Amino acid sequence: MDDMSRKPNALELHIPKPRARPGDKPDFSGWSFPEPGATPKPDIEESAVEMREYAYGLIRVLDMDGNALGPWTPSISPEELRRGLKYMLLTRAFDERMHRAQRQGKTSFYMQCLGEEAIAIAQTMALNGDDMCFPSYRQQGILIAREYPLVDMMHQIYSNAQDPLKGRQLPIMYSSKKEGFFTISGNLATQVPQAVGWAMASAYSNDGRIAATWLGDGSTAEGDFHAAMTFAAVYKAPVIINVVNNQWAISSFQGIAGGENTTFAARAVGYGMPPLRVDGNDFLAVYAVTKWAAERARANLGPTLIEHFTYRGGPHSTSDDPSRYRPSDEGRCWPLGDPIERLRDHLVSLGEWSEEQHRQAQEEAIETVRATGREAEKVGVLKADAPQPRAEMFEDVYKDVPWHLARQRDEMGS
Amino acid sequence: MSPGTWRGNATRWGRNHMAQMTMIQALNSALDTMMERDPNVLTFGEDVGYFGGVFKVTEHLQQKYGAKRCFDAPISENGITATAIGMAVYGLRPVVEIQFADYMYPGYDQLVNEASRIRYRSAGDFTVPMTVRMPYGGGIRGGQTHSQSPESLFTHVAGLKTVIPSTPYDAKGLLISAIEDDDPVIFMEPKRIYNGPFDGFHDRQVSPWSKHPASEVPDGYYKIPLGKANVVKEGEALTVIAYGTMVHVALAAATEAGIDAEIIDLRTLVPIDIETIVNSVEKTGRCVIVHEATRTSGFGGELSALVQEHCFYHLEAPIERVTGYDTPYPHSQEWEYFPTPPRIIKAMRRALES
Repeated sequence: MDDMSRKPNALELHIPKPRARPGDKPDFSGWSFPEPGATPKPDIEESAVEMREYAYGLIRVLDMDGNALGPWTPSISPEELRRGLKYMLLTRAFDERMHRAQRQGKTSFYMQCLGEEAIAIAQTMALNGDDMCFPSYRQQGILIAREYPLVDMMHQIYSNAQDPLKGRQLPIMYSSKKEGFFTISGNLATQVPQAVGWAMASAYSNDGRIAATWLGDGSTAEGDFHAAMTFAAVYKAPVIINVVNNQWAISSFQGIAGGENTTFAARAVGYGMPPLRVDGNDFLAVYAVTKWAAERARANLGPTLIEHFTYRGGPHSTSDDPSRYRPSDEGRCWPLGDPIERLRDHLVSLGEWSEEQHRQAQEEAIETVRATGREAEKVGVLKADAPQPRAEMFEDVYKDVPWHLARQRDEMGS
Repeated sequence: MSPGTWRGNATRWGRNHMAQMTMIQALNSALDTMMERDPNVLTFGEDVGYFGGVFKVTEHLQQKYGAKRCFDAPISENGITATAIGMAVYGLRPVVEIQFADYMYPGYDQLVNEASRIRYRSAGDFTVPMTVRMPYGGGIRGGQTHSQSPESLFTHVAGLKTVIPSTPYDAKGLLISAIEDDDPVIFMEPKRIYNGPFDGFHDRQVSPWSKHPASEVPDGYYKIPLGKANVVKEGEALTVIAYGTMVHVALAAATEAGIDAEIIDLRTLVPIDIETIVNSVEKTGRCVIVHEATRTSGFGGELSALVQEHCFYHLEAPIERVTGYDTPYPHSQEWEYFPTPPRIIKAMRRALES
């Protein structure tokens, strides 16, 4: 419709647009963050109503020179920090190799967590080893920090003869009850209300374990997220709900998920849940907020929503090319830096780490992944002829194979 | 007919005292029995707690077991289903009530993509021993959002079991089996026969359950195995396959028309008891399938295909289907829509005359 024919008070549909697309300069102007150390730390018994402001701030501990500042600085030993750093290096090396393995045709699919390593790893270290995790698909750091065998992750990615999931799941949709890692769905946000149910069951059983769950900024738009928030708040479930705001849902920026006029942490306000909004690239801050939320949950004070403000450094998956929908250098310009470099700088500033040690640790991580890769590839990579016996397809649909499945199995033949 | 025919294959009801129950009371008794036996059994849903459910299936359970084990849920079938999955993954045996089967759809993704596949996708590491109860079916002037029969939306999903009782005795024994089952079970309750075995003649007086032999229900623990049908009436002329309310409607139709029909109550739709069906159709050579649900892609299509695959050379007539029409459930024309005895009689005559 041309302007001449417009009604004077014509309505206009608003379609949110990101500030920069390919060819544009990355633009973070107008973003302001509180200074590191500036955000006060409330008591775990603080009421959700009193905590509203946390939804709009950003908890930061590390400054950009590696100094830890303010009340959120966690008490964590240099030894633990070095462990965390090594897990992050291992995760990054693993991602790099497996992404490449997909490009080489060794598997069908891969998803990196480049730039988001601190979140899953610091959080896992802040949780107890037997707390239950309901992850989305970018929290491989949980398994790495719980020291699940890397080679089993690769077997799963290759759907080879030693795949613990028997070739049934898309690569990276890991599952390990032993490590408290719930089977990844591949749908989005379905795990969030399930985590709430698990947490309710833990409280019902007078257990001491809590649940933690992760979803992206994009999938907060799913009904499951809102059902989860309602149930968690209503029953004060001992659960930590983590929104990893990495700015991008494949090619849609977080404004399409409702982040244009508010924060994702602010979703908690309407549910009467305490919100914490944290610099997701700040290992210490992520660790500290998780400790706070876990303590609160363990004290029967209910759930916490944490928004981790971060940037998805890589493509969504091996199936998309981010240079087609966002500036290629946007990640490099991210104002909150790289989580690995920032923890490295902190340890160096403490005199607990050096450039040389870092370089060595990096090489060790790469070598570990390389050696594990060789071991996994010896067992096999994804092939047209599945190594699993065909008849196995019919198992685990039900506890026992019912007659109609047995019949289909017979029809298929061996 | 003998009470034995109705009771079917209870695996154990030895020292139980018998009591007379409606289907609602029998379902309540099943929950009570299981909550008493197993501290991991709990129940929740909309209005389920203090009020005891809109149909009173959970009445007195909150008073007896405390709010922790029987409580109200927010109006979110999505949340109810998903939290029950999480509880089952933890190791509990949640039984949730969806107030009407028509309300299930907001939670449908959690059934199709989650509950049904968690065992499979985790290679048996995680399991979902939950039961989802829901009243279904028409004949109660419920209009299009309180009358649906969506069973084929569940039977189509690999990994779910679907159970539909037709008497108080079966309702209790099947619900106990469902709760003890280690896989997710969809337990559909024919609400038109909650209080009496409605025979499809809406203009006649409905006789109460107390006059029916299958209202004699053991007050303790017993099970009716999933996957076993019940021949509620033996006959030679033709086979009628039905479940839920339609079992009683089909019986009334056969009686009204004086047709010597064999009537099979499936009780479990998945996994289905093919043996009972085959034995009967091979004997009679004629088959009429009856359900309330819409026809296209309804469970009757699956039944018809199974009968054809297994009994083709024994069939002497085309298989007949009597079903709801492929329209939304109408309010004022309920009795034109509902598969009443006259419609079933017509189909039986067609099957006999071909």
